[in-house]
Amino acid sequence: MELLLVFLIGVLYAAGVYFMLRRSMVRLLLGIILLGNATNILIFLLGNITKGKPPIIEANLKVFNDIYADPVPQALILTAIVISFGLTSFAIVLLKRVYALLGSDDLDDLNTPEEEDI
Amino acid sequence: MIDNQIIATILVHLFTAIVQLAFWRKTVTQRILSITGSFLGFILSLHLFNKVFNGSILTMNAANWEAPFGIVFVADTLSTTLVLLTSIAALAVSIFSATGVGRARMLFGYFPIFHFLIMGLNGAFLTGDIFNLYVWFEVVIISSFVLLTLGGRKAQLEGAVKYMAMNILASTFFLTGIGILYGITGTLNMADLALKIPKVQDQSIVNLTSMFFLIGFGIKSAVFPLYFWLPSSYHTPPSAVAATFGGLLTKVGLYALFRVFTLMFVPNEFIKTVFIVMAIMTILTGAFGAIIKNNIRRLFSYLIVCHIGFIIGGLGLYTKLALLGAIFYLIHDIIIKTNLFLIAGLIRQLRGTMNMTKLGGIYAEYPKLSLLIALVLFSLAGVPPLSGFWPKIYLIEAAFAGENYFFIVSIILGSFITLYVLAKLWVEVFWKDAADDAAIVDKFKPLNSLNKVLLVLPIGILASTTLYIGLNAEMIIQVADKISTEMLDTRPYIKAVLGK
Repeated sequence: MELLLVFLIGVLYAAGVYFMLRRSMVRLLLGIILLGNATNILIFLLGNITKGKPPIIEANLKVFNDIYADPVPQALILTAIVISFGLTSFAIVLLKRVYALLGSDDLDDLNTPEEEDI
Repeated sequence: MIDNQIIATILVHLFTAIVQLAFWRKTVTQRILSITGSFLGFILSLHLFNKVFNGSILTMNAANWEAPFGIVFVADTLSTTLVLLTSIAALAVSIFSATGVGRARMLFGYFPIFHFLIMGLNGAFLTGDIFNLYVWFEVVIISSFVLLTLGGRKAQLEGAVKYMAMNILASTFFLTGIGILYGITGTLNMADLALKIPKVQDQSIVNLTSMFFLIGFGIKSAVFPLYFWLPSSYHTPPSAVAATFGGLLTKVGLYALFRVFTLMFVPNEFIKTVFIVMAIMTILTGAFGAIIKNNIRRLFSYLIVCHIGFIIGGLGLYTKLALLGAIFYLIHDIIIKTNLFLIAGLIRQLRGTMNMTKLGGIYAEYPKLSLLIALVLFSLAGVPPLSGFWPKIYLIEAAFAGENYFFIVSIILGSFITLYVLAKLWVEVFWKDAADDAAIVDKFKPLNSLNKVLLVLPIGILASTTLYIGLNAEMIIQVADKISTEMLDTRPYIKAVLGK
C-alpha cells in the first residue's frame, strides 16, 4: 500500500509540474490541482498508515497500549482539501473571465500593455 | 502567561467585515465602519504591543486545548510589532479607500474583503501553530485574489493569473513542508517543533524540509529567483489595494521566514550562504528593474523587491546586529511601502496617469503636498537622520563583522540606485513642466474638502510615522534589539508556550 502511494505521489507531482510548465491556462489549472492532490496524499502517507485501529481508548484503559491510526494528518488533509476546493473554484472562474476577455488560452498573451506604460 | 486578549485585533477585523456584509449596498456606512474598525484595531494592537514589550510573552490556547495538542496563539515582541504596524497601515488604507476606491468596487464588497485580509494577516502574525499559519496564509491569499481582480479590467485579470498561480504554488510547497515535518516529528506546534527538530537523527531530511519552507515563503516574500509575479501584478489593482499588498503581503512572507528560520530551523552555513546570495541578487535585480520603468507603480514594485533583499540579507548574516538591522528595516519598510502606493494613487487623482513621461508640474501647483511626499522619498532613500538610514548602518556594520563584502557592495549599490530612481521620479513628476496641459485630468481639485482630507490624511499619518521612526530611532532600536534577542534565544518563547 505504501509503495503504491509513493509511486502515485511521484506520478502526480511529475504530471503536475509538467502541466504547470505548459503555456495553456487550462493545463496550468490542472497542474495546480494535481500538485495539491499529490501533497494531500503525501501528508496521508507520512502520517503512518495504520489499518483498522481507530484512535479510541477502550473503556477499561486509561492510555493507548497499541499502535493506532493518527487522526491529525486526516484532519490536515480535510482542511487542505476544503481550502484547495475554494481556491480552485476561484481559479476556474478567473481563467474563464480571462479567456472571455482575451480570446486566447495562451499564457504568453497575458502581457497587454496599458496606456500608462507606453 | 495566558491572556485571551491577544486575538482581539483579529476579532475586531472579523466583526467589522461581518457587520459590513449586512450593509452590502450602503457604501457610506461601510466607509464609516471600516475607518472605525481599523481605528479600534489600531488602539487594541497598541495596547497589546505595550503589554508584551513591557511585560512577557503572552499565549492563548484555542478552545483551552493545551499546547502542543491544540492550536496556540503567541504574542511575542516580533508578532506584536508586526500587528501594530499592520494596524497603522490598515488604518491609513481604510481612510484612503473612502475616497480612493470607486463606488462600483465598494458595491462588490471591497471593504469586507479588505478587513478579512487584515484579519488573516493578524492571524498569521499571532499564531504559534505551523498548520494554522498555513490556514491564515490561505485566508490572506484568497482575500487578496478577490481584491486584485475586483473591477475586472483586462490588465487586472492578466496580473491576477500570474499572482494566483504563483501563490497557490507557494502554498503547495509550504503544505508539503508541513506534511514532511509532521511525518518526522509528529507535532505541529512551532515551539514543540523547535525542541524536536534538533533531536531528529537524520538532519539531512530536516535540511531538505527547510528548503520547502524557503521556496514557499520565498515566493510569497518575492526574493530573487521567485519574484517575477510581483512586478507583473502589483501595478494593476486600485492604489489602495496595491498599498495593502505592497506594504503587508510580502512582509508576511518575510515574517514567516524569520519565524521558521530562527525558531525551528536554525540555519547552518549552507543555508546562510543561500540567503546571502539570494539577498544580493534580489537587491541588484530589483534595483536594475526599477531604473528602466516609467510607470510609477511598476517602479515602486521593483523597489519592493530590491528592499526585501536588505531584510533577507540580515537574516542570512544571522548575527544579533544583522537581525537587529533587518528588523528595523522591516519596521521602516512596511510603513513606507504602504505610503508609496498611496502616493501613487494620489498622483493618479491629481493627473489621471501614472506614466512619468506624461506627468509633471505637481510641485508648482501643490507645493505643500509635494514637500510631504519629498519627506517620504527622502526617508526611503535613507537620507540621515530619516528612517531608512539607521537600519542600513546596522546591516553594513554586521556585514563588515562577518567579512561579507559582496553584501556591503550590494547594499550600497541598491541604496544608490534607489536614490537615483527617486531623484528621477522627483524631477519627472514634480519639477519638470507638464508635457501637455490639455491631457491633464485633475480629479483632485473638484473634490470637496472632506474628500481631499481623506486622500491626504493617510499619507500624512504614514509620513509622520516614518518621521517618528527616523527621529526616535533610539526607541525603535530597543524594540528591534528585544526582537533579535528573542530570535537568538528562543527559550523564553518555548517556555511561554509549553510551560517548560
